[in-house]
Amino acid sequence: MSALDPDAPMVELAGVHKWYGDNHVLRGVDLVVPRGTVTVVLGPSGSGKSTALRCINQLEEIGAGCIRVEGELQGYREGTRRGEDVLYRLHPKQIAVQRARVGMVFQRFNLFPHMTALANVMEAPVQVLGVSKAEARERASALLERVGLSDRLDHYPSQLSGGQQQRVAIARALAMEPDLMLFDEPTSALDPELVGEVLGVMRDLATSGMTMIVVTHEIGFAREVADQVVFMADGAVVEHGPVSQVIDAPTEPRTQDFLAHVL
Amino acid sequence: MTTPTAAKTPAPEPQRIHAIPVRYPGRWISAAVVVVLAAMVANALITNDVFQWSTVGEYLFSAPILRGVSWTLILTVASMAIAIVLAVVLAVMRRSSNPVMRYVSWVYIWFFRGTPIYTQLAFWGYASVIYHNLSLGIPFGPAFVTFDTAVVLNATRAAILGLALNEAAYLAEIVRAGLQSVDRGQSEAARALGMKDGRILWRVVLPQAMRVIVPPTGNETISMLKTTSLVLAVPFILDLNYAQAAIGNRLFQPVPLLVVAAIWYLAITSILMVGQFYLERYYGRGFDEHVPRRGRRGRQAAINSAHTTADPSPLDGVTP
Repeated sequence: MSALDPDAPMVELAGVHKWYGDNHVLRGVDLVVPRGTVTVVLGPSGSGKSTALRCINQLEEIGAGCIRVEGELQGYREGTRRGEDVLYRLHPKQIAVQRARVGMVFQRFNLFPHMTALANVMEAPVQVLGVSKAEARERASALLERVGLSDRLDHYPSQLSGGQQQRVAIARALAMEPDLMLFDEPTSALDPELVGEVLGVMRDLATSGMTMIVVTHEIGFAREVADQVVFMADGAVVEHGPVSQVIDAPTEPRTQDFLAHVL
Repeated sequence: MTTPTAAKTPAPEPQRIHAIPVRYPGRWISAAVVVVLAAMVANALITNDVFQWSTVGEYLFSAPILRGVSWTLILTVASMAIAIVLAVVLAVMRRSSNPVMRYVSWVYIWFFRGTPIYTQLAFWGYASVIYHNLSLGIPFGPAFVTFDTAVVLNATRAAILGLALNEAAYLAEIVRAGLQSVDRGQSEAARALGMKDGRILWRVVLPQAMRVIVPPTGNETISMLKTTSLVLAVPFILDLNYAQAAIGNRLFQPVPLLVVAAIWYLAITSILMVGQFYLERYYGRGFDEHVPRRGRRGRQAAINSAHTTADPSPLDGVTP
């Protein structure tokens, strides 16, 4: 029931709805992300793409539908009470365990400002997985080297450029050895000349076979690495498919309209 | 053209500006006025016989005064330590999703901030009269162990407890303000990494909140140092203020002994301020680029590091 299913898709959203009070922000989102693929989510601001991403990591609670990661229902446990099928809400500790398998990169980096780059990357493995400090340090420096920051280990976030901070944030998420990486507009807060270095790291990650869902406006990046492009508008998936279909030959007028504006 | 550096002649060194500075006579006049006033104050202090500076010198390091200083320090440190722990608990309770916790914390702060510290200290002094015994056991049921309140809550402990419980109410609000000042994205990022709430508070939120908490807490500590003089209400009679008053009354010379106490309070405050400086520097790490620099350069560095301006150094070197 709660065991991970190796044959299930990495992520599966089915009829996901989300309300903020009376504001109906997600209106039945369906999405399947197969293992080892990169899904790029496009859409105008306010279309619910960031909200959908945050729901996968349970930073937002969904109002209807269900989300599965590796076949496991997120946030709830299915059971029966008095002969009826019911959902039991998971304990925050169980939710934390589910979250630990999903890495997330934020638009505004959200690095811990009181810790060095190295300490930022070491924090979760030590505090959550119980890895020894020595081992965590070794792994963290290897990860920071992988994102091209081996000379910035002891710098505080305030001493790093936006692009460097975002690369530390990616290393921090990777330190938990996640099965899935979520990127919430990872380059939107960056100066134009710094976007490339972050996309480069993400491109390498995609090549290494990481399953990724990327909310972005970088059409070029989508073209290069996306196995699947999803276009969202008004809280629902309007169109999805390979790049050749959604970006090069969109059939929905809203997709065509959006692409005409950003390309 | 392929090697542009080879043929290039060095550009002529630009001539630097050496302008005559603007004169500010007002600055000189105001400085002179202040210096004269300061000299008048010093003169008034030194030449007035009532201060009895020889008596001040005689008693400054006398045994009863030194004992008073150490008791005042003990009261300050012990009550602040208890108050800080209690304040963090109260502040976390205020933010709890459990309404009972929130309400209890609110009522505590309301009561202990709303009644005078002198009244509270007097109450703790009478506690052993109001409740003769304290017992551990099942609520409303049998007791396993019983203590004599007068023994458990002697004057020293009553004084420390009274000061601590009162201070915790004020500090709780300071801690709460600190916790609120930490960006929500911080706990969100920690949650996304799979950290649990307790760890997030302890490892991520509280260390950043300390930057906001330390300066007003330093203020509170200095205030506490002097509030200890109210423990007479308990009555606790070993602190610095009681010690100086006892000697002053015996000699019929209150003023020199007040000066003795003032010198000691000032000295301790100065030491506390040094401690606060280092605490602030420690918790400012990552925010203030390690060594706090003063003036425009430091400010500009802070603005740059905040990455809120498009061009990192549009004002560097510009003097208004």
